[in-house]
Amino acid sequence: MLAKAEARRSALLIAPTGAGKTLAGFLPSLIDLTQRKPGIGPRGVHTLYISPLKALAVDISRNLEAPIAEMTLPIRVETRTGDTPGARRQRQMRSPPDILLTTPEQVALILAHSEARRFFSDLRTIVIDELHAIAPSKRGDLLALDLARVRKLAPEAISFGLSATVAEPDDLRRWLVDQHAPVTRADLVEAPAASAARPDLSILETAERLPWSGHSARHAMNEIYAEIGLHKLSLVFVNTRMQAEWVFQMLWEINEEGRRIALHHGSLDVGQRRKVEAAMAAGALDAVVCTSTLDLGIDWGDVDLVVNVGAPKGASRLLQRIGRANHRLDQPSKALLVPSNRFEVLECRAAIDAAYAGEQDAVTKRDGALDVLAQHVLGMVTAEPIHPDDLFTEVTSAAPFASLGREDFDRVLAFATDGGYALKAYDRFAKIKADKDGRLRIANARIAQAYRMNIGTIVEATMLKVHLGGAKSGALRYGRLLGEIEEYFAEGLTPGDTFVFAGEVLKFEGLLEDRVVASRATGRDPMIPSYAGGKFPLSTHLARRVRSMLATPSDWKHLPEQVAEWLGLQRDKSGLPERDDLLIETFPRSGRHYLVAYPFEGRLAHQTLGMLLTRRLERAGLKPLGFVANDYAIAVWMLGDPQLKLTREPRFLIDLFDADMLGDDLEDWLAESALMKRSFRHCAVIAGLIERRFPGMEKKARAVTISTDLIYDVLRRHEPDHILLKAARADAATGLMDLRRLSDLLMRIRGRIVHHSLERVSPLAVPILLEIGREPVYGEAGDAMIAEEAERLMQEACEPMGSL
Amino acid sequence: MIGQALARRSAAPTCTPCTLAGADLLLHPAGVAFHGGTGTLVVADLHLEKATAFAARGQMLPPYETLESLRRLTRVTQEFLPRRLVLLGDSFHSRHHVLAENSAAIGLIEGLARAAELNWIAGNHDPELPLDLPGRCAPEMMLEGITLRHAPVADGATEMVGHLHPVASLATRAGRQRRKCFVLSGQRLLMPAFGALTGGIGVTDPLIARWFEEPDARAFLLCRDRLQTVPLAALT
Repeated sequence: MLAKAEARRSALLIAPTGAGKTLAGFLPSLIDLTQRKPGIGPRGVHTLYISPLKALAVDISRNLEAPIAEMTLPIRVETRTGDTPGARRQRQMRSPPDILLTTPEQVALILAHSEARRFFSDLRTIVIDELHAIAPSKRGDLLALDLARVRKLAPEAISFGLSATVAEPDDLRRWLVDQHAPVTRADLVEAPAASAARPDLSILETAERLPWSGHSARHAMNEIYAEIGLHKLSLVFVNTRMQAEWVFQMLWEINEEGRRIALHHGSLDVGQRRKVEAAMAAGALDAVVCTSTLDLGIDWGDVDLVVNVGAPKGASRLLQRIGRANHRLDQPSKALLVPSNRFEVLECRAAIDAAYAGEQDAVTKRDGALDVLAQHVLGMVTAEPIHPDDLFTEVTSAAPFASLGREDFDRVLAFATDGGYALKAYDRFAKIKADKDGRLRIANARIAQAYRMNIGTIVEATMLKVHLGGAKSGALRYGRLLGEIEEYFAEGLTPGDTFVFAGEVLKFEGLLEDRVVASRATGRDPMIPSYAGGKFPLSTHLARRVRSMLATPSDWKHLPEQVAEWLGLQRDKSGLPERDDLLIETFPRSGRHYLVAYPFEGRLAHQTLGMLLTRRLERAGLKPLGFVANDYAIAVWMLGDPQLKLTREPRFLIDLFDADMLGDDLEDWLAESALMKRSFRHCAVIAGLIERRFPGMEKKARAVTISTDLIYDVLRRHEPDHILLKAARADAATGLMDLRRLSDLLMRIRGRIVHHSLERVSPLAVPILLEIGREPVYGEAGDAMIAEEAERLMQEACEPMGSL
Repeated sequence: MIGQALARRSAAPTCTPCTLAGADLLLHPAGVAFHGGTGTLVVADLHLEKATAFAARGQMLPPYETLESLRRLTRVTQEFLPRRLVLLGDSFHSRHHVLAENSAAIGLIEGLARAAELNWIAGNHDPELPLDLPGRCAPEMMLEGITLRHAPVADGATEMVGHLHPVASLATRAGRQRRKCFVLSGQRLLMPAFGALTGGIGVTDPLIARWFEEPDARAFLLCRDRLQTVPLAALT
């Protein structure tokens, strides 16, 4: 890195966790700073360090300050995060520190400041930590745009990206540098493998019977607890907050040895989390149950065991988590994978094989998000007047926007100005005005202020308050506040459902406006809702490995006996697909007909597939009644008989799974899709179409804010090509609906559909059928569900009192 | 996750009959109420030019909702061919950003005024008409012993009101579903907000619930082509 700094070349440093790459990123700056001549007057910032995590910036600051103080170096290091008091931030603008440790959002804020030009004028080095985690996200898009501006203000500055091992380093190398420059990739510096010791990865060999489905891993708790006893500090990773609550609670129920087990996840109060972190660092804990909040770079203690409950969903995520154990290079990292059902055994095995092979998941290629660009454009005209041509050149120098067309840029600019509607209704309210030279400037200070309040790409899920309470004389009453949960979680609950929250089992009583009312459910087992299974879908890479494992019986010897037996049975009773085939089974069961397909493309793509298949089955006259999807398979049940249909139309299944479903069927569905509305809400907030809600504003918010669902409906009816709908659509394609992956699947299986017509359910279909009924119905047929529920309630209301 | 087979789309909307103070009313899933005896069509809370009011504050909402609301109202008017059309207040979102420049909207309002006797009830957003528009203005009106006014008043009168933008949310197998709704008791009929960009208040909120304490109060949820009736007490 020193050589790169000397040669003034930007570089991507790839090193496994624990190889001291953060220090490597700073070393050139420290040397440069100690060698510089004493200056006169205030200077601009010398080194800008950007981390995705506030806590990481603070942690690095501690680690830097100690050696600087010891060596009495004349270097001022400061942090600036959302928590930094306003007075300090203002002082930092007047008198910048030598090294500023900050977050992407703060960079955007500094850039919109009138002093930005002076602040960055002496900048020599930009260090971006955990680049692999930032770059492929909207946050990365925004930071890339901001750095394009920083490079313009400080042409001499070079960028160092610090990253864990990734499948395609070229994308990150481009991300770091000006795409209009002669060299469009930063240099690559790869640290040698940190440890000669091969990590010690294993799947928990349970003595219990492996569950067919579900995600609780309840069967393995005693064994996990025993492992905790054998190690100094264990991190127990789970995939969701709810799962974390659940595992934490189960471990405490069997905690007869009085082990010190703590909980760490994003919904917990910050103070609570800091306490847990400090206790970890002090060696005062035996185990911490955590979510991905502890995935990234902070070292909190001497972790010697990583337990991953459930499937890791991706090879890269597993590697990151393994990296949390033993940051000493001479010892192997030790990780134990605990699959919570049979399919997850396959997935865990695939993840371990991938980890040993050193293979990473490829990150889906995506273009820079247009809603992010809309936000940025407003920031840039707030900072200083700029001609649209210059802004376009600057924007396209950022790698995520390198292929942005001028037409889309102009539409985004029009959106940022007055909404960009075909109907020019809002000229007089335009937020951006052009001066006589054609340079754009912000219309007034109020709009600049609104922009500052809106900076950032993180749209928090709407949180609902959870209160203890219940029904008294027919009406819901609520009392003590327990905390907050995501609105989407509450929407999945029906009265009577039990769930774990804040370490207690609660029974959902009902919603009272924006409050969740719940009572204590003593002695009842909580039901874990489906999406607790994992918020990340199975990665493409692992999916391929799982499929190839199924197709290769000689590999089964590495699997637990129960699982190998299960696969053997499947081979005898139905069949197992070749790696790139799609296995489809049809069979009758209690008066209905089932169609089960096994694409292994992840829950999101499967849900979308399910929506589209039901539409097509409906049209084919097969009367579908519903479907269920998980990471591995999808099952549709119907009144009509698909086997009969096939005897009349041999091409029926081929046509059913034809890629043309991504045409009109998709469009029809998108029109009303709740997922699309959720995507739109995010884009609308980021792009500044609607204002963010801030804590304390909720009361006012209800009166003033406007439902983005209504805006979406109006916009879609009147201007379906609007740029914000395009942005929402792009999000949905890679995000909630995984359209891209679905489309890849449909291409892959052309001519490769293997159909088995069965008399009864197959062994492989058992897990997915078990999920039926346990899962909430999902989809856009809300009206039908209302009719069903209304009928039930009316019947109840009309029953004679005597029958109660 | 389970998806449900699609609701079949059917064409003609179905009205739900009800009575208020002995008067027979038809409730329409578009969110209007019709009294056949007098040929009166009642609609509440259009909030025209709401998007414009937001745009003036920097939130550039799609500028289409005024025309959309008026076209929808024109369509439903053609279905009933009323003698009298009563707009139950808050027809305009703001006093300041009015229809002056929206000639298509003014044309539609003039069309409505030609088709039926147009009555503007005053609301809190529009205590007086912002423009010189056809029709009569009044603080309230009478319909067969029912008082038509913008907001509910506890004076013992049987009333048809708007103002509160009622929304009911129902926990179903497809998760929680929110819909605009009518709320009916022996004392009053609360109308849903008709405007395309109007949000709502949950019917269990004390703001609404306190007007409907009778045990037989019902909510009529606006679904695509029909209303779904639910006892108010069953909603959470």
